[in-house]
Amino acid sequence: MKRFMLILFVASIMLSGLSVMAQDGPTALSLWYHGAGNEVERSIIIQIIDDFNASQSTWAIELEEFPQESYNESIVAAALSGSLPDIIDVDGPVMPNWAWAGYLQPLNLSEGALDGFLPGTIGVWDGQIYSVGLWDAAVAIYARRSVLEANGIRIPTLEEPWTGEEFDTILETLQATGEFEYAFDLGMAWTGEWYPYAFSPLLQSFGGDIIDRSTYLTSEGILNGEAALAFGEWWQSLFDRGLAPGTSQDGADRDTGFIDGRYALQWNGNWAAVSALDAFGDDMLFLPAPDFGQGGIIGAASWQFGVSANSENPEGANAFIEFALQDKYLAAFSDGIGLIPSTPGAAAMTENYAPGGPLEVFFALSNEQALVRPVTPGYVVMALEFEKALADIANGADVQDALDAAVDAIEADIQNNSGYGFE
Amino acid sequence: MTTQAQPVTRSRLFLPGGFSFSLAGKYTLLILVALIFVLPILFMIFSSLKPEEQLLRDTSSFRAFLPVGNLSLQNYEDAFRRVPMATFVGNSILVTATTVALGLIVNSMAAFSFALLRWRAKNTIFSVILATFIVPFETFAIPLLLIVNTLPWLHIGLDGIYITQGWLNSHHVQIIPFIASAFQIFLFYSFFKDLPQEIVEAARIDGANSFQIYWRIIIPISGPVIATATILRILDMWNQFLWPLIVVQQEEYRPVMVGLQYFFQLDIAWGEIMAYLSTLTIPVLIVYLLLQRTFIESIASTGVKG
Repeated sequence: MKRFMLILFVASIMLSGLSVMAQDGPTALSLWYHGAGNEVERSIIIQIIDDFNASQSTWAIELEEFPQESYNESIVAAALSGSLPDIIDVDGPVMPNWAWAGYLQPLNLSEGALDGFLPGTIGVWDGQIYSVGLWDAAVAIYARRSVLEANGIRIPTLEEPWTGEEFDTILETLQATGEFEYAFDLGMAWTGEWYPYAFSPLLQSFGGDIIDRSTYLTSEGILNGEAALAFGEWWQSLFDRGLAPGTSQDGADRDTGFIDGRYALQWNGNWAAVSALDAFGDDMLFLPAPDFGQGGIIGAASWQFGVSANSENPEGANAFIEFALQDKYLAAFSDGIGLIPSTPGAAAMTENYAPGGPLEVFFALSNEQALVRPVTPGYVVMALEFEKALADIANGADVQDALDAAVDAIEADIQNNSGYGFE
Repeated sequence: MTTQAQPVTRSRLFLPGGFSFSLAGKYTLLILVALIFVLPILFMIFSSLKPEEQLLRDTSSFRAFLPVGNLSLQNYEDAFRRVPMATFVGNSILVTATTVALGLIVNSMAAFSFALLRWRAKNTIFSVILATFIVPFETFAIPLLLIVNTLPWLHIGLDGIYITQGWLNSHHVQIIPFIASAFQIFLFYSFFKDLPQEIVEAARIDGANSFQIYWRIIIPISGPVIATATILRILDMWNQFLWPLIVVQQEEYRPVMVGLQYFFQLDIAWGEIMAYLSTLTIPVLIVYLLLQRTFIESIASTGVKG
């Protein structure tokens, strides 16, 4: 027995020695990415990693993929257990929370590395850049030229979007034709981040917001002020008048309702544009957000790369991120998953967003109408409260009460977190 | 020849309030109730065979529950390409089987001790264990994460034998915390306490020690409760989601339920989800069908409804 144990011990020491010897070579850097299950994204990210690893011998990126639905929970758990990777993929509006919580460190990219990038693709918190995205996303009103022309409806432009009143009349007109189940599909079936991403710009166009962006300390008078009340009343009327499907909308209807011709207009993102183009070809229009008084506004910021706070090799992590920002990779992602490339140079290399391309308008929308969601660690809670308030109002709750409740919850969270560093 | 009337109770189903059904009515009612449980499964299986557009279109009619239209195994092919199915299923089988097997031993031993042995503070300790029932797992998931992250482990592999710190990214982190189960102890306890104490006393007189009594006398007559504990534990472990989500960061250790999240992309492929779920449901159904008779016997005898 003693001899066996001795042999086992020696063998283990030898094997351990071999494993130590095998560690010579490039330093491994871990990269966590949210795209597990998406073959196209996976193939592009692997291509970038392979190219980076082959381009130098100091660093070797190792990819670990996570499903998007539960990615944030995985990151928070990893932060708690001190096992964050070197490079983190982070959703734009969540970035301030992770930076504030100490999960991220500022990026250290070369001078001019982000020149020409769409504003929504650069994640800034507390005056420093923490993340950068290889793409952005934009929302537009999906419409068919033939439907608008048949009903004598003006086709809006970025310079002259529909006004709020005009838009409301258009919805009534389309509903009155009797050709559609609903005049306007907002996508109420898509719960979660869709609500603040897609609907808070409508509130902002009315003149309200989720939080006072000058201080990031209060929502009082902003989310429940006069402008917000006007938005809430209009929002509720969409459902009361039967112009839009409500919170009970089926996910399948959301996916097929516009293409099947049951919805006249649809509020949707550029990721669904290719399917619509396939269905309607030249008849398909992607229209700018209506102007309810403060200009047409859409959301901005999608997934971005950042460096984790406990990375021991931030120079390697930054080198990889800068490598990934090449136009050819931005264009590859755009062609692969339909999102808006971050730079005009990359857009010109894509099939859809190049000048004259079928989705070029989205690049312009992203450049002209985009407004990032509130840049504060408290956004995570604000998003939930905003979603709840809008769902409640859609279901008939008193507008003032619902907005007041959201304000109270948001302010309580801000106080509980000592102002998230803004005080 | 005399005819004997059938007892009314055999052909009529009596309901509270004096209502009763004929045999035909009884079967109609039972079929309707059965349909409530069967239709979702039929929906899942038949949807897994339909192309996406047809699947979505059929959801607005009864066609959703029928194998009609253009049927194929394409969704299965696509689902298996999207996720490393063999890895996920293998991990779940390993974690589930190991936890269930070890759990049956540990929890039945504990229950045997509480139900049939005499020792000091037994009732107090049993009460404390039962009290853990009311604490939902979500409330101590994070403290448990912090604990397992600091625990040592003896690594034995081709790269040597050495001590590592932290259990994250492993199979054992998904197994060990779930071996002991207050519910399982209670389940076994409920069964054991109804066994005649004379069996234990007779065995003691014959010279058997506690382990021999447990192993040779109690376990052989505990088939129904073992079947129930097995099925309920398999369901629990097979459906594990939160814990593996926070302790497993590498794909090679992920179980099936975390794998389900791979399908929720911007454009959700419902057909693939149905194919994945159908594949996951089959092993559980097989286990249930194999243990069905003893499971029902145990439910009837212990009064536990799971």
